[in-house]
Amino acid sequence: MSANLASDFLDASVRNATPLLLAALGETVVERSGVINVGLEGTIIAGCLAGLAGAAAFGPTTGLLVSAAAGLAIAVIFAFIAIGLAADQIITGTAITMLGLGLTGTLYRLLYGDSGAALRTPTLSPIGIPLLKDIPFIGSALFDQALPTYLAAALVPILWWWLYRTQSGLALRATGENPDAARASGIAPRRVQTLAVLIGGVCGGLAGGTLVLAQVGTFAEGMSAGRGFVAIAIVALGRWHPVGAAMAALLFGMASTLQFFFQALNLQVPYQVFLALPYLLTLLALALSSSRYRAPAALGRRQQSVD
Amino acid sequence: MSTAAPRLALDAIRRSYGEVQALDGASLRVAAGEVHALLGENGAGKTTLMKIAFGLDRADSGTLAIDGTVMSFRSPRDAMARGIGMVQQHFALVEAMTVAENVALGGKGLLNYAATRLTIARISDASGLSIDPDARVRDLPIGAQQRLEIVKALSRNTTTLILDEPTAVLSPHEARELLAWTRRFADGGGTVILIAHKLREVLSVADRVTVLRRGRTVLTAAAHETSEELLADAMLGETVATDLVATRRSTQSNAAARGAKAVVTLTRVGVTDAQGVLRLTDADCVVRAGEIIGVAAVEGAGQRELLRVIAGRLAPSHGSAELPAEVGFVPEDRHRDAVVLDATLTENVALRDANARSGMMPWSVLRASTTALMRERDVRADGESATMRTLSGGNQQKLVIGRELANVPAALVVENPTRGLDIRATADVHAAIRAARDAGTAVIVYSSDLDEVLLLADRVVVVAGGRLTEMPLDRDAVGRAMLTGGAS
Amino acid sequence: MTVRRVTRAILEPLLAGVLAVLMLAVLLGVSGYPVGEALSALWRGAFGSWSVIASGTLVRATPLLFAGLAVAVAFRAGILNIGAEGQLLMGACAATAVSVAVPPSFGAAGLILALLAGIVAGGTWAAIPAVMRLRFGVLEVISTIMLNVVALNITGLLVRGPLQETTHTFPQSALLDRALRLPQLMTGSRLHAGVLLALVTAIGLAWFLRATAPGYRLRMTGANPAAAASAGRIDVGRVMFAAFVLSGALAGLGGAVEVTGVTYALYENLSPGYGYTAIAVALLARLNPASAIGAAVVFGALEAGASAMQRDAQVPAGMVGVVEASVILVLLASEWVGARVAARGASIRGGTPRAENLPGPAVS
Repeated sequence: MSANLASDFLDASVRNATPLLLAALGETVVERSGVINVGLEGTIIAGCLAGLAGAAAFGPTTGLLVSAAAGLAIAVIFAFIAIGLAADQIITGTAITMLGLGLTGTLYRLLYGDSGAALRTPTLSPIGIPLLKDIPFIGSALFDQALPTYLAAALVPILWWWLYRTQSGLALRATGENPDAARASGIAPRRVQTLAVLIGGVCGGLAGGTLVLAQVGTFAEGMSAGRGFVAIAIVALGRWHPVGAAMAALLFGMASTLQFFFQALNLQVPYQVFLALPYLLTLLALALSSSRYRAPAALGRRQQSVD
Repeated sequence: MSTAAPRLALDAIRRSYGEVQALDGASLRVAAGEVHALLGENGAGKTTLMKIAFGLDRADSGTLAIDGTVMSFRSPRDAMARGIGMVQQHFALVEAMTVAENVALGGKGLLNYAATRLTIARISDASGLSIDPDARVRDLPIGAQQRLEIVKALSRNTTTLILDEPTAVLSPHEARELLAWTRRFADGGGTVILIAHKLREVLSVADRVTVLRRGRTVLTAAAHETSEELLADAMLGETVATDLVATRRSTQSNAAARGAKAVVTLTRVGVTDAQGVLRLTDADCVVRAGEIIGVAAVEGAGQRELLRVIAGRLAPSHGSAELPAEVGFVPEDRHRDAVVLDATLTENVALRDANARSGMMPWSVLRASTTALMRERDVRADGESATMRTLSGGNQQKLVIGRELANVPAALVVENPTRGLDIRATADVHAAIRAARDAGTAVIVYSSDLDEVLLLADRVVVVAGGRLTEMPLDRDAVGRAMLTGGAS
Repeated sequence: MTVRRVTRAILEPLLAGVLAVLMLAVLLGVSGYPVGEALSALWRGAFGSWSVIASGTLVRATPLLFAGLAVAVAFRAGILNIGAEGQLLMGACAATAVSVAVPPSFGAAGLILALLAGIVAGGTWAAIPAVMRLRFGVLEVISTIMLNVVALNITGLLVRGPLQETTHTFPQSALLDRALRLPQLMTGSRLHAGVLLALVTAIGLAWFLRATAPGYRLRMTGANPAAAASAGRIDVGRVMFAAFVLSGALAGLGGAVEVTGVTYALYENLSPGYGYTAIAVALLARLNPASAIGAAVVFGALEAGASAMQRDAQVPAGMVGVVEASVILVLLASEWVGARVAARGASIRGGTPRAENLPGPAVS
């Protein structure tokens, strides 16, 4: 592999990892509070369409904000049913994914015509950081990316700081481990979980917006293509930790980039192996990890309907 | 006492759960600077009343006043803001986190573990409750977890601390230290409300005592003006207390003297739990046909493991257990271990042989036998196809006991059989246990209520610190052995 | 009592269907489509003629029924298997592999072999998360999600590699020989014998759960594992493992039937998310296999009708997805309302209040 190719590969990997990381960071927060949101896929696709619509009307940066708002709206529905009404989180999440996929397909045709002709939007241009972007190999990958990549990168230490250095972060983690203990310490578990789900929604929406506004430049039905599920795998491989999520997201990003590289280079390599590999690695890591790195103890447990 | 408003005043509190009236106009007044003991039998409403005082539960009616101001707590946060803390019987700790993290939990702003460590050290020095701030809670022994709960409460400037059965999980030495601490805390101006069973323990430390019986306050007195006998009468109700003694003496039998055959034989049985802690050591025990062995123990003394070994639900780690093929088992946590709430009564009865069956379920036979069992045990329900959930606790328990006794098993293990039941259901359950004994079953009964053990037992063994000792049927001697570890 | 049970099993999916159509009407109205025209297209596409019922609704309901049964039986045992999608795909792959390998002269025997291969592959694929859950404590929700993706990639690999059609041009397997396909039930329609197989499986599973000892153990384990182990002395781990494998086998059979009865070849996008819609089917059926028949038909009809609606009234097919999702969410909300009403009724009558609401046990 030539130096140029390696640098391109890294560059593309970081770009592909960005939406995954944004979604996974949000889901890390959600799962740390004891909730699993398998509706993330629906949240991301909602962010995709909203990002496109927002960008078409107001430009790409505003589009990103609109995508976050759409993610938030979807999260409100999930929070209302799964936390407010204490329904089963898995079933609610599945329905939210179906809702997101169906709604975006419908709205896209409604807004932009039955033909589904691809509406193109200008994408966010890369923001080069002077000097740093000229570092060989890693320069363009790390310091010549669009806004969402920097945003995701900034979120990693911010979330780490929040989760491990603030009282509200401790309250969130305690809720995910033992809601009853949290309650006895004066914390309202359902309020904490609702907040976590809303944060997860914003991040999921941003992930969708990033996919459209920093990568593809258009919308297609079902374009989220399972990224919500990838993000859930990343959270597990990242051991429910923001820094772990960042490394896991990069790994998944590299795996999907390999696919394009092999195709572009016309190499007869079964790229599916590389796509599946990170999942197998995650399964292995989950099976072998010690109890200290297990999922939050109360993950997915249904709350009592009376708080 | 002065005319100052009480630190905590609960008046005419009522609270019901479904059909159970847990509190029926209970009142409690606690002055600042005293250790106030709250006594009562199991199910008298002590814990419910204190959960209301701590904002974990809400009263249906009645008033709560702090320092003379009537207030309504919506959550523990409100109570903590008023300086009230509570150490629940089942600790509210996050096991995956460290001591410092647990102490810090519930605050605002940034975490400052250095400051938290200092706080823990300061409280430890002042109170004598030492604890390692960096230990992970799940690695701590139970006594240390309790110290942590108290340190946690004190770190929130708690001036009134509620302790729910704090000594139940402690060794006698730890219990003495804890009680001495409550005295010091009160002498320093703090207020302690101590929920307890053990009268002597209570009288050794409390300034005043309030007794609840069946959800009502029946006695409030200064500790020095009362006695164990007076308190026992108040807790049990005088007529019941005399009845207990009368029935016990009349139903005694002596299977060993009659040379009945040994049904259960444990030889040097030991049980090591998942954490590698030895819960039961060198237990030797013989239970004969037609006798009731009462097991007396404080919480966590190893009786849980002993009962499960005899019931065939737990394989001993050491020693040998000769058990009959069929052992009936009535565990204490009925909803978790004994019944399936969303299944029908017939399906619940069918659990008895669930694992032995193959092929088709003989539903029509099972329905008929369930109906017969309901008639025989006087289970009140809307037919055999009713859902278990729709039955009252007493009827659920009667069905469970009926199921476990269905084919006259050689042995029956019973754990806290009347917890949460009313007097009538309790009497029915006791009658069923005695009837099983009279039919030749070897019965092992444990109750956290020593009087219930003594009421039912023909012989008594005490489990303390994982060791088994047989004791004479003497309340005082048994009670002492439970706390001090038997024959020592 | 059984009459009431049967009535409920039929009535509830029907009511959900009515609810779905009402919601669809509102959605159509709001988005400015001709409501009458669109709904009539939906009806024509789902129930317009015998041939449409057979080729559209029932054929689409079949994989949903198999996967719905898979989800229902797992949930009944307390296992949150959301891997029906992957198990179905693995079943389809194995069935294709066998069909390609056996000579057409095998005929019916080859077909049965293919279906069996689907069962075994689906069950084996489910055994992975089962072992991970029971041995290593890995939540099956997370592991099955991942195994779904892995299964999709394996399918993609197979249709471009070992199982690719002989010209090596398209990402699909060769068409199955006629002798190895499921027989057609109606000339001129796509109705295949797999539909009957699904029906028989559903009824058989309902019978298994109600009437047999292993089925009873499975239900008790799911409803309260601690009591099943203590009072029933049931080996809860073994029952859960078996239920997980059974669940995967049902989904795998669904995949095999789809290949041998409908597509006649393996494609990467063989399943448009059957395994996920199956969760909705199982929920609508209240985890009851017999009711799942009705629930699968409702969803099958909606999806068959959606294509017609898109073709004849230019209504985006996605709208039906919105309706399906809304039905589930409304059902979840109504369970909550129902539990509240039941709790209030219980406290008035003096019963014990319900601690939690239906359905499906929580992860623990």
